[in-house]
Amino acid sequence: MTTTAVPPLPESARYSFGGDEFLLVEVAEAMSLAANVRVMSMARALQADRPDGITDICPANASLLLRFDPDVIAPQALTDRVQQVEESVKGAGDEPLQTRIIEVPVAYDDPITAEVAGRFRANHQAPEGTDLDYAAAVNNLPDKAAFIERHHGSAWLVSMVGFVAGLPFMFQLTDQQHQLEVPKYLSPRTDTPALTVGHGGCFACIYSVRGAGGYQMFGIAAAPIYDPEQRLADFADGMVLFRPGDLVRFRPVDTDEYQRIQAEVADGSYRYRQRAVSLDLSRALADPVGYNAELRELLDGA
Amino acid sequence: MALEIVRPGAATTVQDRGRPGYYHLGIPTSGAMDAESAELANALVGNDSDAAVLECTLTGPKVRFTEPTRIAVAGAPTTIRGPGGELPTWTAIDVAAGDELTFGAAKGGVRYYLAVAGGIDVPVVLGSRSTYALGSLGGHLGRRLERGDVLAVGNSPEPVPPAGAGVDPADRPGFGGPVTLRVVVGLYDHRLTAEGKRRLLESEWTLTPVADRTGLRYSGPGVEWEPREQPFGAGSDPSNIVDAGYAVGSIQIPGGTEPIVLHRDAVSGGGYAMVATVISADMDLLARSAPGTVTRFEPVDMDAALAARADRRRRIDRITGALRPGGR
Repeated sequence: MTTTAVPPLPESARYSFGGDEFLLVEVAEAMSLAANVRVMSMARALQADRPDGITDICPANASLLLRFDPDVIAPQALTDRVQQVEESVKGAGDEPLQTRIIEVPVAYDDPITAEVAGRFRANHQAPEGTDLDYAAAVNNLPDKAAFIERHHGSAWLVSMVGFVAGLPFMFQLTDQQHQLEVPKYLSPRTDTPALTVGHGGCFACIYSVRGAGGYQMFGIAAAPIYDPEQRLADFADGMVLFRPGDLVRFRPVDTDEYQRIQAEVADGSYRYRQRAVSLDLSRALADPVGYNAELRELLDGA
Repeated sequence: MALEIVRPGAATTVQDRGRPGYYHLGIPTSGAMDAESAELANALVGNDSDAAVLECTLTGPKVRFTEPTRIAVAGAPTTIRGPGGELPTWTAIDVAAGDELTFGAAKGGVRYYLAVAGGIDVPVVLGSRSTYALGSLGGHLGRRLERGDVLAVGNSPEPVPPAGAGVDPADRPGFGGPVTLRVVVGLYDHRLTAEGKRRLLESEWTLTPVADRTGLRYSGPGVEWEPREQPFGAGSDPSNIVDAGYAVGSIQIPGGTEPIVLHRDAVSGGGYAMVATVISADMDLLARSAPGTVTRFEPVDMDAALAARADRRRRIDRITGALRPGGR
């Protein structure tokens, strides 16, 4: 576990081209809430006043990837434009981020991910134990119950959506000393159940579809987060639930409630609990415990 | 008018020019891997370049055509067998109602494209008919074709090039043999040692069988990374970075051993450092490579990448222009 102070963001982002269609803007090498908020601000500013020729604006954890059509916008003109946006965002200071908080019911320590984890012990650092036991140990926590408590005790910020369709990377809204850090599997699995709640490095994720994966597996979310048929009401505006900047609060559910939610998903009536929120990063960082309590009250009042 | 899939082939999917604009949600562009061959197949039957075709991989399908139509196959060398015997590739051919055609194995390459006059008419999802199988999205029911599938075909544009019209053999792309892929070095190339960079750009790499629409993995001498204390949030391996967006065509080298080049169904992000990116003009070349293909990565600058992009466009426009009525 690292205990060093969070380094300040570099003076300027690093710009580098990926062939003739991609531009990478690396705000910082290290992950931090400040880096992610800078990335999101730049992405939102570009989205709001989108230069012709940019086809995709992809905010990531501490960097931004743009896809562009060089037949429409020249690479240098694009760089100049994005650098202007970077400067304007820096000058604007720490505006609160208008976003929402979504409650995600999770069956922690569930039989579905346990079965898959059991098949891939040879890929794991602690082949004799479980992923949760290992996560507790490397975070100096007494047992898996204490780890689960910490996992849903604070909200998480969706810092990036991607890898596969609709998969959220999430960074916990707490100070760096309290970030849960767990190494990925030594070598990736060829199988991960859909809706697995995973963890790698300092990031949580929810696997949107079944497939390969290297993150530790702690539980399974009860409702879909990717719905290509847009059957559920929460997917009326799009097939992907999460957007960068969303806040997520995990809520542990027992088997009965998990099955009740599954039934609501099956009959099409399930709705996620969510609330609009104005995310004030400086307040969140100054008093993570108090800020998380406020978020919980906001959500529970929904 | 419809196509009935009598036998699906190894991995046959509906593809068009792809689905830009959703990469930020992890939904890749998809689209025909060998876009040039798909565009030429479309031109041979008079379709617009955005019509959907069947991408046939390794082994082709057996298809029954319910009505008379015109088709063409372009891409990796293969054989087409109809009721009257073998039919030519790279050529507009007429089929009769009820004809069953067997499309053979791809020889020397990996993929070829079957275009039908009017285009494959599956629903447009997020602006495209392309299949993204991992996300069960687009194409026919979001998946590879299966026996018994029936695909609608759009109305045939008129007039089409005459039956027998073909792409001049000199204008057909090559398949098989060693490949040089031009790359723009960048993104996280500073993480490589000078020796690591030299090995990447001066060695021969061999395409492994781990190659599909997501990406292609190469074996070779491996590379070396600059040692460093890893930044917070990046993994512990020196090839790791804080998870970032992945450029399509970018080269990552997990653990420093086997380079992976991402292609049109790319995973949109992850925690491995990208060190160079294949230029847009050479993405088709990558798609034509069969396992075992000896490959070099040749560094070029942005101006050369843009010139190659313009050259490719001019070449394809010249070939498709010649196929249009009055084009010659």
